[in-house]
Amino acid sequence: MPHETAVDSIRLFSGFARGSVKLILRGNRAYWMWLAFLGALIVSGVLAYSEQVRFGLGLTAMRDQVSWGFYIGNFTFLVGVAAAAVVLVIPAYIYNWKPIREIVIYGELLAISAITMCLMFVMVDIGRPDRFWHLIPPFGFLNFPSSVLAWDVMVLNLYFVVNFVVATHILYRAFHGKRYIKKLVVPLVLLSVPMAVGIHTVTAFLYNGLAARPYWNSSILAPQFLASAFCSGPAILLVVLQLLRRFTRFEIQDAAISKIAELMAYAMFLNLFLHGAEAFKEFYSNTQHLLFTRYWYFGIGAHRTLVPYAWSAVGLNLLAFGLFISPTTRRNLITLNIGCLATYAGVYIEKGMGLIIPGLTPDTLGEIYEYYPTVTELRVAAGIFAVGFLLFTLMLKVAVPISLGEFMDKTEASTAPDAVFAGAHTAQ
Amino acid sequence: MRSRATGIVLGLSGLLLLAADGTKPPVVTSPPEHLEVPPPPFSDGIFPCSNCHAGMTPDRHRRELSAMHTDIVLKHDETHRWCLDCHDADNRDVLHLASGEHVPFDESYRLCGQCHGEKYRDWRAGVHGRRTGNWNGAKTYLLCVNCHNPHQPRFHALAPKPAPRPPNRTMK
Amino acid sequence: MVSRRLFTQSAAGAAAGMILTACGPKRLYEAPKDRLKASIAEMERKYKEQLGKDIKVSDAGPIPGVHFAYALDISRCIGCRRCVYACVAENNQSRDPQIHWIRVFEMEKEKGVDFSHADPYYNPAEVPEEGHFYIPVGCQQCENPPCTKVCPTGATWAEKDGIVVIDYDWCIGCRYCMAACPYGARHFNWTQPTIPENEINPDTHYLGNRPRPKGVVEKCTFCIQRARNGRYPACVEVCPVGARKFGNILDADSEIRYIIEHKRVLVLKEELNTVPRFFYFYAT
Repeated sequence: MPHETAVDSIRLFSGFARGSVKLILRGNRAYWMWLAFLGALIVSGVLAYSEQVRFGLGLTAMRDQVSWGFYIGNFTFLVGVAAAAVVLVIPAYIYNWKPIREIVIYGELLAISAITMCLMFVMVDIGRPDRFWHLIPPFGFLNFPSSVLAWDVMVLNLYFVVNFVVATHILYRAFHGKRYIKKLVVPLVLLSVPMAVGIHTVTAFLYNGLAARPYWNSSILAPQFLASAFCSGPAILLVVLQLLRRFTRFEIQDAAISKIAELMAYAMFLNLFLHGAEAFKEFYSNTQHLLFTRYWYFGIGAHRTLVPYAWSAVGLNLLAFGLFISPTTRRNLITLNIGCLATYAGVYIEKGMGLIIPGLTPDTLGEIYEYYPTVTELRVAAGIFAVGFLLFTLMLKVAVPISLGEFMDKTEASTAPDAVFAGAHTAQ
Repeated sequence: MRSRATGIVLGLSGLLLLAADGTKPPVVTSPPEHLEVPPPPFSDGIFPCSNCHAGMTPDRHRRELSAMHTDIVLKHDETHRWCLDCHDADNRDVLHLASGEHVPFDESYRLCGQCHGEKYRDWRAGVHGRRTGNWNGAKTYLLCVNCHNPHQPRFHALAPKPAPRPPNRTMK
Repeated sequence: MVSRRLFTQSAAGAAAGMILTACGPKRLYEAPKDRLKASIAEMERKYKEQLGKDIKVSDAGPIPGVHFAYALDISRCIGCRRCVYACVAENNQSRDPQIHWIRVFEMEKEKGVDFSHADPYYNPAEVPEEGHFYIPVGCQQCENPPCTKVCPTGATWAEKDGIVVIDYDWCIGCRYCMAACPYGARHFNWTQPTIPENEINPDTHYLGNRPRPKGVVEKCTFCIQRARNGRYPACVEVCPVGARKFGNILDADSEIRYIIEHKRVLVLKEELNTVPRFFYFYAT
């Protein structure tokens, strides 16, 4: 391969950039309505956030007694979604299961979108976003290794970089009709497996390490996080892949979809089992620490705001488990998608609000302040989700044509267009 | 004076180190000396008592007063004690201990300490009573009676300052 | 894909930028004297500009051989809350929204020390109420503080004299320390704090009671501006029943040592191994 000069690189990249913009601007009515919807949510979110910056976090419902809330709940859930890309990587690369190898890249794109949303949720939650740089050495000071949050900052950003490098490398090389550089990609992809486990373990340790919060100070928190992540992340992916199959030339085998759903069933079983184990410990031991679990499932006295959510989450999780464990309902696309929605909703509730709020209610000195998000929080969160979905949509708009060989710069192609990407992940 | 106070406390601590389990009460070993205190909170014009009492014959019969000092309602072990158990009958300008020893009003803590020994020890160590001034300087003392009415020593209930505002969803 | 030259050029540029900006503003933890003085001069200038008042910011460091400790007599506290408001006045706490560094909990004598049955919002005509006792709670100035462990930017730490302090100009307001504190001692400025101009206390310390900005955490500092000058904290001096005691735990003659050695002393949530330097005791 001839040595590229800087000028060559810029010319090639600008070709890619121009082509990508053309792809993004080309779409049917559904596409544009989707973008308009996301755009509206983003505008609403930006406006709400600017109000919050001006007034302060007092525009949320968080107070001293419940000092973390909706934003951090969403952050926690989305770290799980990002970690779930590994559910695809393990069978694809470690067990060399070909049907899934074609779609690993979409897991990585999902991870990139999810981590972006995580970082945004952290930004909107801190009281001084203008001081965010205090976390970045050498400008600031990162309290590593003492603070688990410092660990989280590092591993999340590292995971983002790994996924970003792998995905963009594969796609950009495919754009040029070239295979990816194995020596670069395979180690990074294999690294992303323990990293995915790592990011969610570290995020679990954020809560787990706090002796002040008995609801969180439980050893099963990290395994439970992983279990619930491995069901919720792929749920989104399954829906997206079916949409791609429907609206583009993208192909994905039914076997792959069914396999992912099966893995999610096992993950959901583990999730339910760990919840059950936690419930046993709390109710049987019957110490004062039961108060937090009791608040979530049954309320305390007149304070019952979260009870309907608690039982909805249980119902949705059980439904999802049932639908995914049985091969019949797994293969039926209608029940499969109901299962996906149920998993997503169930885990969203129990890992978002269901983790944060009961951990802080009653507070350390026994006071009960019932938290539920304000309109500002909902608008900002919706805006951030819209950014994530927009990012994912736009990346797919470019990635799918590349994978199908439709979007390619043929000047330096070394292989036939169709073969490049389909074989990209299977090349040994 | 400070070195004497320090000496007493050091003595106490030394004894404690010997009594390893720490539950033995400290023992005041040296004789009490004059501590610097604010002036006794007399009512206006009531002191010196000898202005009136110098020419009077003391009536040692235990009774309820009707001629003077009727504003004083005794609620301090009043079943067993009355005025002359603390106030010296022959010299109203001083108080007296159980032994008969005279105690001036600005050393009234010695009298209180007779019955309230633990509180007296704590007060000398700076642990009983309100602390003002410097933690690393000379201890400043208040008289017992600067806070406690000697005739009705129990504190009255106070109106509490306002409760904190409970957290509210709307701050704007 | 991207040439090696391009990569090395941009990497070198990034490194240079990082080194240059490493000389920027830093946290005040163990700040050298001259940088501290410059920061404080800047604080005083800003206070003059924003509040129109001459706020004096002290840079008093810890006194060698001193480790502060506090003792509160539960047999004496009547729950009058004068400590709460003396603290508010001394430490420039926001009046609206209301921030109290001390919270007094009313408990029943029958149930004992039990926070699941405690009420900080009691408001009878008179205190103490029959059958109840009172426990004020603030920062316990732990020797093994769970809050300083978790701060991601190192904006909070324990000073050599035992006071756990916060650098209000470094805190990013993530509130992880608030989640970590078992005693509910930390408070957040959910919006711009307000103090009536005539109630501002101008004698402040850079790690203590100087007026705080929006979006940062604050808490009791044992009146660091007073304690490092040898004075008692405001709550100790105002208590009308003498329930509060303070001093240097390393000084064998101190009241604190006397209490620990002679009285029945307890700490809150001892099993969490935070090793609080705030003791509760029964004097009688």
